[in-house]
Amino acid sequence: MTLPVGTRVRVRPGDPDHHTRVPRYARGHVGAVVAVLGEWALPDDSVRGIQRPETCYAVRFPAAELWGSGDHTVTLDLWESYLDRA
Amino acid sequence: MTEHDNHAGLPVAARVRRLEERLIEAGLASDAEIDAFLTWLYRNAAPVNGARMAARAWTDPEYRALLLSDGNAAAAVLGFGPMSYQLRVVANSSSVHNVIVCTLCSCYPVALLGPSPGWYRSFAYRSRTVREPRAVLAEFGLVLAHDVPVSVWDSTSDARYMVLPARPAGTEELGADELAGLVTLNGLIGTALV
Repeated sequence: MTLPVGTRVRVRPGDPDHHTRVPRYARGHVGAVVAVLGEWALPDDSVRGIQRPETCYAVRFPAAELWGSGDHTVTLDLWESYLDRA
Repeated sequence: MTEHDNHAGLPVAARVRRLEERLIEAGLASDAEIDAFLTWLYRNAAPVNGARMAARAWTDPEYRALLLSDGNAAAAVLGFGPMSYQLRVVANSSSVHNVIVCTLCSCYPVALLGPSPGWYRSFAYRSRTVREPRAVLAEFGLVLAHDVPVSVWDSTSDARYMVLPARPAGTEELGADELAGLVTLNGLIGTALV
């Protein structure tokens, strides 16, 4: 299931006890998919020797959503396992 | 080890050397291969590569379109790469200013920008750029008008980002080499206008 550009997504909250590429500042926050980048191995698995390709998205967040203030946006790349539809 | 052994006394150098030893013990690389790669990297990876791509995009609309849609293909046109990551180029204009950061470590397209500057790897740059980019840019001497939106790109995946600066006014008469000479490493990261 690929999330189309424009989809509003929430980054899964929580703090896994293994490696992940979800920056802490984005956890639990809502953004929008701005690009579908491709399918790459999920780093949470690949560091444990499991190669599981998964769709990765560029997701954009307004600064106010992340920090409560600011007029910029932050776009970061997030694998599908990190996201729920918002 | 050859000339890149200048900081052999630092704790990080001991850790790097131990990693190299483990790779060599595991048969994944040889000392000669590691040295050859580093020699290639320092000889070929430099911001003049990204600068040439930017200058070409300023004068060649077809190349600009390719650069913004398929960065790897655009790099290959000028003989750069292949790269092990997806290159994504984001263009500055009067309606957006882009800046690149890697909050988790220090990712960026080394083949096109050269080894990253110390400040790019600093905790201060990595933590503050996503939170207060206008203040960070102002400390680089880049004070943006308030009506120019700032777009921060945090490299958290297998993609690497590069900024295409806007072509400065008054450069219509310059040739490709002169245009490329205007583009700085900071311009390609987004901490300078060009």
